[in-house]
Amino acid sequence: MGNPNVGKSVVFSRLTGANVIASNYPGTTVDFSKGNMRIDGKRVEIIDAPGTYSLEPTNKAEEAASKMLKKADVLINVVDATNLERNLYLTLQLLERNIPVIIALNLWDETHHLGIHINEKELETLLGVPIVPTVALTGEGIKTLVSRIKDAKINEKIKPTSEEGRWVEIGSIIGKVEQVEHRHHTFRDKISDLTIRPHTGIPIAIGIIFCAFWFVRLIGENLIEYIFDPIFENLYLPIVMRLSEWLGPGIAHTILIGEYGVEIDFFESLGILTTGLYVPIAAVLPYIVAFYFTLSILEDTGYLPRLATLVDKIFHKLGMHGHGIVPLFLGLGCNVPGALSTRTLETRKQRFISATLLAICVPCMAQMAMIFGALGTYGLYYIGLVFLTLTILYIVIGLILNRFIKGESPEIFLEIPPYRRPSLKATFKKTWMRIRWFLKEAIPYLFVGVLIINVLYVIGILQWFGNAVSPVMEGLFGLPGDASIALITGFLRKDLAVGMLITLNMAPLQLVIAVTMLTIYFPCVATFAVLIKELGIKDMLKSAAIMVGVAIIVGFLLRIILLGA
Amino acid sequence: MPLSHLPINKKARIASIHGGYGFQRKLGVMGIREKQEIKIVSKQPFHGPLTIEVCGSQMTLGRGMAQKITVEVVQ
Repeated sequence: MGNPNVGKSVVFSRLTGANVIASNYPGTTVDFSKGNMRIDGKRVEIIDAPGTYSLEPTNKAEEAASKMLKKADVLINVVDATNLERNLYLTLQLLERNIPVIIALNLWDETHHLGIHINEKELETLLGVPIVPTVALTGEGIKTLVSRIKDAKINEKIKPTSEEGRWVEIGSIIGKVEQVEHRHHTFRDKISDLTIRPHTGIPIAIGIIFCAFWFVRLIGENLIEYIFDPIFENLYLPIVMRLSEWLGPGIAHTILIGEYGVEIDFFESLGILTTGLYVPIAAVLPYIVAFYFTLSILEDTGYLPRLATLVDKIFHKLGMHGHGIVPLFLGLGCNVPGALSTRTLETRKQRFISATLLAICVPCMAQMAMIFGALGTYGLYYIGLVFLTLTILYIVIGLILNRFIKGESPEIFLEIPPYRRPSLKATFKKTWMRIRWFLKEAIPYLFVGVLIINVLYVIGILQWFGNAVSPVMEGLFGLPGDASIALITGFLRKDLAVGMLITLNMAPLQLVIAVTMLTIYFPCVATFAVLIKELGIKDMLKSAAIMVGVAIIVGFLLRIILLGA
Repeated sequence: MPLSHLPINKKARIASIHGGYGFQRKLGVMGIREKQEIKIVSKQPFHGPLTIEVCGSQMTLGRGMAQKITVEVVQ
């Protein structure tokens, strides 16, 4: 356990070898992770608790941390050595609990750069529990930490006391063990100041976001062009073609590959082995890899809290605060991690608004692949229309929800960590952790989605449904009736719907309407399931009603604006 | 004066913190307590949040919270 952003997760992954997300942003460990390690031949379970400043929780993540504490046999308290005074508050609270404690004095190397001298032997005597200086990022001190876990003990002398009492105690401890040299403004401090002051920070933020997206595109496109497409075209396509011949016409061919006799097109064939495999792996995955890699770099350097500060005012108007940018950014990769991260917002109102906006207005990479796939050939103007609509919606719906949803929107209160150099290994690890969400959740749904759609198609239910709702589609939104089939498919997987839309031969502006509605009206099943868990059934029903309502209104308005009456 | 009136980069000392117990504790665990030295790093426009430095670390807090903190400039 420990404060947010002190390197708990890195210590944890050093101890267990597990993959854990560590970042220079307070509150990324919203779920706890478990891992195993061996101490003297015995297997023990280690739990990585979310960061907390005290045992009186102020948000859900901290609540989880306090609850976990009750089950622990030994506590490893990770302490930020560069910020001993504040960290010791939690340490003292932990020591009051009659559970054996050992302390890892982490970020030990940073203290030297900052001119902080800590007498750790003296601190050990004063606190009465083992203390080990560590640099978790490089692994320094971790072996000593492991070998001393068995020495962890309860300090009988520390009794529960008041808040004031703890601070007095901390003051006296700090006076005895810590000396701080006077320090000049370093280069790093100057950069930090520049990026958080509005007149320099805002242009820098725009520049960074622009570069980030350029970088994502660069990596994504190259991955597709030089790795994924060649594999699919040269190695995989011949196998599928041979399979096609072997199967011959029939239901099996339609489901597995697509319509018989039509040339195989990985986007439009809609077979499990063609579209079902190609779209998630070759069209979406490369961008997800590129996106989370870039985001991880931004996170690990410590830039995100600064960005949250700069955009706080806007997000406050939308009923959240600057932290709301985190679900938004994470959601751009895949909505599932985005939905999970709403947990770090303090109130129900904030979580509801953030989750609803995420589901309606934030296109994940699969949705973006759909948007670009359907409209890319017609030019950037049409793609721009979709994104403009989504941005306006984010703001308008946010303003409205802020006014009508009951509850509080507390102000931002966020630590701004010093800039740190990201470790490449940690960044790769984190990218991988987040991609796993996609692989685990999205791909099975895509497979099942293709299967269900194909079966429904073969039976004829889809065509029947398309005909039934075609007056609504045409009358309200100016779309062909068959577009409703794409909307149903979109519930299972958005990226799957693109092939269906392309084959309908719609005009570009009709496509803009269809694609925008597809993005808005519902999140995919995977996100839906996570949101039910996060918001509860009742709130999720409200949120879903808003989604459908917004999709209908927006579809209708777009039809009037773009196609005329 | 209230913290929000303190000029950027001017050192001050926290004189008092108004507000309920929960609020005081929330700030307290982050090092924002009476008698601590404090300085403003940046102020966001349109009554946006302040970034302050206290106890060797920086944090961002809303303007409304800053109104509840009274400081005295240190000479």
